[in-house]
Amino acid sequence: MKKVTVLIVVAVLSCMVWLEGCKKDQIDPRSWRPVSFEVPKGWPQPAYTFANNPLTFDGFELGRKLFYDMRLSRDNTVSCGSCHQQVASFAHFDHDISHGIENRLGTRNSPMLANMAWNTSFFWDGGVNHLESQPIAPIQNHLEMDMTMPEVIDRLNADADYRSRFKKVFGIDTANSQRVFRSMAQFMAAMVSSNSKYDKYAANPGAGYFSEQEVRGLTLFRQHCASCHKEPLFSDFSFRNNGLLPKPGVNDSGRAHITGLAEDRYKFKVPSLRNIAVTRPYMHDGRVATLADVVEHYRSGVAAMATTDALVAGGVVMTENEKRDIISFLETLTDSTFITNPLFAEPAK
Amino acid sequence: MKKYLDVACVALMCGFVFTGCTKKDPPETTDPTGNGSVKIEFTNKVGSSKLSMNDTWYVNDHGDSFKVSKFNYYISNVKLIKTAGTYTENESYHLIQQEKASSLAFDLADVPYGKYTGITMTIGVDSLRNVSGAQTGALDPANGMFWTWSTGYIMLKLEGTSPKSPSGSISFHAGGYAGANATQRTVTLSFPAEITVAKDGVNHVHVEADVLKLFKSPNQYDFANTYNISTAGAAAKGFADNYANMLSVTYAGL
Repeated sequence: MKKVTVLIVVAVLSCMVWLEGCKKDQIDPRSWRPVSFEVPKGWPQPAYTFANNPLTFDGFELGRKLFYDMRLSRDNTVSCGSCHQQVASFAHFDHDISHGIENRLGTRNSPMLANMAWNTSFFWDGGVNHLESQPIAPIQNHLEMDMTMPEVIDRLNADADYRSRFKKVFGIDTANSQRVFRSMAQFMAAMVSSNSKYDKYAANPGAGYFSEQEVRGLTLFRQHCASCHKEPLFSDFSFRNNGLLPKPGVNDSGRAHITGLAEDRYKFKVPSLRNIAVTRPYMHDGRVATLADVVEHYRSGVAAMATTDALVAGGVVMTENEKRDIISFLETLTDSTFITNPLFAEPAK
Repeated sequence: MKKYLDVACVALMCGFVFTGCTKKDPPETTDPTGNGSVKIEFTNKVGSSKLSMNDTWYVNDHGDSFKVSKFNYYISNVKLIKTAGTYTENESYHLIQQEKASSLAFDLADVPYGKYTGITMTIGVDSLRNVSGAQTGALDPANGMFWTWSTGYIMLKLEGTSPKSPSGSISFHAGGYAGANATQRTVTLSFPAEITVAKDGVNHVHVEADVLKLFKSPNQYDFANTYNISTAGAAAKGFADNYANMLSVTYAGL
């Protein structure tokens, strides 16, 4: 098991301090804090490796403050946390689509945020290629926060608390976009959800964590769903058309919006199903309200289009009982420690 | 790890000692191995005239009138070609902005003494920096040369107006760093005369960018049909094939 803990960061930092001053025993006590990034047992290596951006408690905390700061929006009314709520595994609870400043409505459902370090692309169309390049998109999107990065930097540099935090993390008391995005990446990448009932079962299948129904559900899931929603992250991070007809008036072409390719029309990123029971509503535009409706879509609602994925074309055959079994399994993916972890919550003002 | 660092520290200290020992040896005036400075200066032109923004009508190869309100482009990975070998600038990313006079020149500060015959540079930003997360300096996305919705740098941007355009405006944003439609273009240009980088004097290299070349060849633009490029794809690729021809070196020397 690979374990990249903050202790290693501390070791490197302390060596650097020692080299600089040629003195031993200069360890910054602030760095001995409980933030770590671990690759859970059996998981693949993450795409985001903290290269050039070592995880520290102060860096994580600065990222957390920025994540929940409404000053990142033009009229100070919307933060990242407005549409990414911890109770919903950082999706937007009960919203099909989200409202930006001045109640401007977008066209897509806010995805949940967990295990972002393993994502190879971001957004439903995968247009963003790096975790550090993600925050600028909603910050500058006209329908979301409608802000400019120069204005964000000005606001942060006018705030003494931010200046001292940037000094602690980056050694310089001014914000720039790189420092903003790297600290936010520290916060987001550290948001690992790997402590669901499913994880306990997977680590020890004989220990009785699953009911008989949940075991049956997992078997059916592996049979019908896991090719795309691949364990342990419950996504293969590919782009697929799952048979949802484009909404009239929106006609979101999905992945084709990025690639310009006809073969990518109406394909969207396969979302992770971790914490799926708390992230409703579902699908790229939030059109499906319940888990039962999601499973029913794959049974009876898959529309035939030129790009409909072969794995779901024609629908997946299952009985009502099998449908209930799959849903009972999906509910085991909820990680209550993740959605209640105070480390990820909005910091006290 | 600490052991390695111990060794590294000792090695560094030894390095300092050695530097101290060798310092008095060679008289500086005869040192043939120092570094000099070369100043790269850009002038944006429209044909034979200097580009003047917002107030001057120009005519493209197709015969369409236009004015320019913005002209920005990245110059990256600058190399000077030596008789033997090349000099490569470290962290070589520059944003040329017509509206910002200070952006039109930059210094290569650590060029080894020797004779140089030409320059290689990329119009745009290499693919690696397009996929490497938050950058700073010329590559700071706050400079407005970055697509947020489909990550990547805008390699070159020209905006303006034309009565031929159905919208009244022309806007060409070239981006896309991968595959057949990549828009970064690397060009190598010979100096009119070889330059010698030595202890005395600063060499200047005058680079001109001709806006007319953007609309001329291999793809001639009729602004009635082609007046807006804002995504990666075949149109941006064709535009890049045009601006690959825009640079020339008109002078190199002291």
